[in-house]
Amino acid sequence: MNRIRKAGKQDRFESGDHESRKSKRFRRFLVSWFPDFLVIFFCVPALLIDSSSAADVVVGSKKFTESYVLGEIAKRTLSDAGIPTEHRQGMGGTIILWEALRGGQIDAYPEYTGTIATEILKSDSSVSLDQIPDSLEKLGVGMTAPLGFNNTYALVMRRSEAQRLGIRTIGDLQKYPELRFGLTHEFLERNDGWRPLRERYALPQQNVSGIDHALGYTALANGSIDIKDAYSTDAKIEENDLVVLEDDLHFFPKYEAVFLFRSSTRPEAIAALRRLEGTLDEARMIRLNAEAERTKNYARAADLYFNVGVAVAPRQSGHPGLSQFGEDFPRKLARWTLRHLQLAGFSLLLSIIVGIPLGIIASRGGAVGQVILGFASVVQTIPSLALLALLVPLPFFGISVRTAIAALFLYGLLPIVRNTATGLQDIPRTLRESAVALGLSPMARLWKIYLPIASRSILSGIKTSAVINIGTATLAALIGAGGLGEPIISGLNLNDHVTILEGAIPAAVLALLVQWCFDLLDRILIPKGLRL
Amino acid sequence: MPASLANVSALVQIVDVSKRYGDIAALNPTSLSVERGKNTVLIGPSGCGKSTLLRLIIRLIEPDSGSITLDDTPVTADNINRLRRRIGYVIQEGGLFPHLSTRANVLLMARHIGKAEDETHDRLMELCELTRFSQNLLPRYPLELSGGQRQRVSLMRALMLSPELLLLDEPLGALDPLVRASLQKDLKEIFTRLGQTVLFVTHDLGEAIYFADEIVLMNDGRIVQKGTITDLRERPADPFVSEFINAQRGITSA
Repeated sequence: MNRIRKAGKQDRFESGDHESRKSKRFRRFLVSWFPDFLVIFFCVPALLIDSSSAADVVVGSKKFTESYVLGEIAKRTLSDAGIPTEHRQGMGGTIILWEALRGGQIDAYPEYTGTIATEILKSDSSVSLDQIPDSLEKLGVGMTAPLGFNNTYALVMRRSEAQRLGIRTIGDLQKYPELRFGLTHEFLERNDGWRPLRERYALPQQNVSGIDHALGYTALANGSIDIKDAYSTDAKIEENDLVVLEDDLHFFPKYEAVFLFRSSTRPEAIAALRRLEGTLDEARMIRLNAEAERTKNYARAADLYFNVGVAVAPRQSGHPGLSQFGEDFPRKLARWTLRHLQLAGFSLLLSIIVGIPLGIIASRGGAVGQVILGFASVVQTIPSLALLALLVPLPFFGISVRTAIAALFLYGLLPIVRNTATGLQDIPRTLRESAVALGLSPMARLWKIYLPIASRSILSGIKTSAVINIGTATLAALIGAGGLGEPIISGLNLNDHVTILEGAIPAAVLALLVQWCFDLLDRILIPKGLRL
Repeated sequence: MPASLANVSALVQIVDVSKRYGDIAALNPTSLSVERGKNTVLIGPSGCGKSTLLRLIIRLIEPDSGSITLDDTPVTADNINRLRRRIGYVIQEGGLFPHLSTRANVLLMARHIGKAEDETHDRLMELCELTRFSQNLLPRYPLELSGGQRQRVSLMRALMLSPELLLLDEPLGALDPLVRASLQKDLKEIFTRLGQTVLFVTHDLGEAIYFADEIVLMNDGRIVQKGTITDLRERPADPFVSEFINAQRGITSA
């Protein structure tokens, strides 16, 4: 019935006046240009991405509470000195921050002398404090004097367990080979970390696993592990009733907190940072850390520093920290989601623009096709975190939105390339030959026949890429590119499930929405004759 | 020089054309002329090279040797796309594009080369009438049509640009006997009405006899005998000719 009605309509178009034929042509135009509208849809938000910061000085911080707090303190200090400052929170580990500083994406970040000596300057023997500035100067980097506290590495365990076994020092661990270690990935790999520590103390334990720092405290509390590494100013030590094992052989070097800055930074900014020297002792830092973890608000913890103010005069009016921590959840969620969509959308667009032509070439088989599919597959096997870390040191990328988009683009490539190639290869030989026998030019065959017939497969490849991108884009927060990964990573650092869910649930909903949108798109873009 | 070259009324001249796939000769050097306005039927067992010959003419495959001319124009890789518009080609499965409606399938090439819509519309109506295809079915997609209807559409598509030559590769092979019989009748009528030059491939002797002005019997990649059915029956050039004719007759009378 329906069919007959449609047939009548079609005939009217065909035999009708000029006007109706024109409208039909317009419809055909709309359908054939629909992908281009998509391009515009994706591009506009991408243009809104602020790749260059308006701030004069950019402060970075590592991915743990104390670094966040120090970053906030530096931001406040600089802002109060009249220097517009941006704080990029939790950008990653030592190498990422150091590379960002060298590359000029940030101007300053908090660091520890022990880390500078062993990780950055790669000196095996402990360099004395006064030698470090000279070595850094050659690399174009300056260093403040210590801020006043020593946040060294320490091994911690449950107080009850330590008392039961009579363990007081790291040396005492030799007698208990059955104890289980849960160590952070960074500590496991550091030159002043687990391996030399084990050698020095001749530790016999075999059960050693890598675990996220914040998650490690939960594991320690519920008894999944017995010993973990910690920072000596960690608020969790008090909170969880843990004991710090005495470093009786003085293995751990001093980890005096300092700020590293680019030598080319504005002198008044350097002067402002130097005013922080010697103003923070260990007890105070533990309190700030505890405040940060309790309130989940780094800006407020930083406030505490200024309000009690010792060296820096406290200022109550017009401090810039307020505006940020005053942001309510819906606005934060909107900001994260928009950025998330920008990251996933723009990278998907690039994957489509590059992936479909590559898929067309790959569908012809031969050595070139093998190379293309091989390359796309290899990229897919690189862990996303590793891919980000590999891209960060490259000149064009660094710690930026660009890097996140590039990584997501590479991940999105394989499903599109492969589905385009197989979709085209699956076209029956009789149809290919019919297109040739009719006398269509190769381009017309591709556009009018082959691509429409393969459209279902190509679109399902794009859909796969889109959903993968939404998921993987959460990792962009690791390199400070923002998105819904921001609350997830903060939550991991704070061991706060609610914060993790603030990012994880919207990301999951977004993935479902994207899936749903593409199902809708299928109906528009896949020709009706293929959906019967 | 083959006698066929002298034939002035020939539309297609095939001279010493051959095709090999590795060690296997799909077609040994073969010459054939297809006469204007005549129905020439290629017949033979599977793998005898009859489809290969057709596909060589429309150059879905490149010949290893020899030459083919269409209306005295040598067919080359350069001019083939232009020449293909003067040739209609229908295959057993129809080869209709599933994403295009019946109308779009038939009008595909006319639209591609920018023919006026009025003109193509008139031609479409004419073809519907000629092939006894209901205009109401034009908006349907190939998957919504029966096998017989699909072959009628395929024929309309092949005839759209009024080709000088029509190549049919077992066009009725996949149809049930009743549909097949009615289409055979309609096809013959259409060819007669249009005075169409047709090169028709089949493995069915009855069909060949029904359509052919000239039957070309092939085996093992070469032409065994050309002529009318009477020639083949009464003056077989080879024991294979009698064998082939008797085998088919045996089945028909059984």
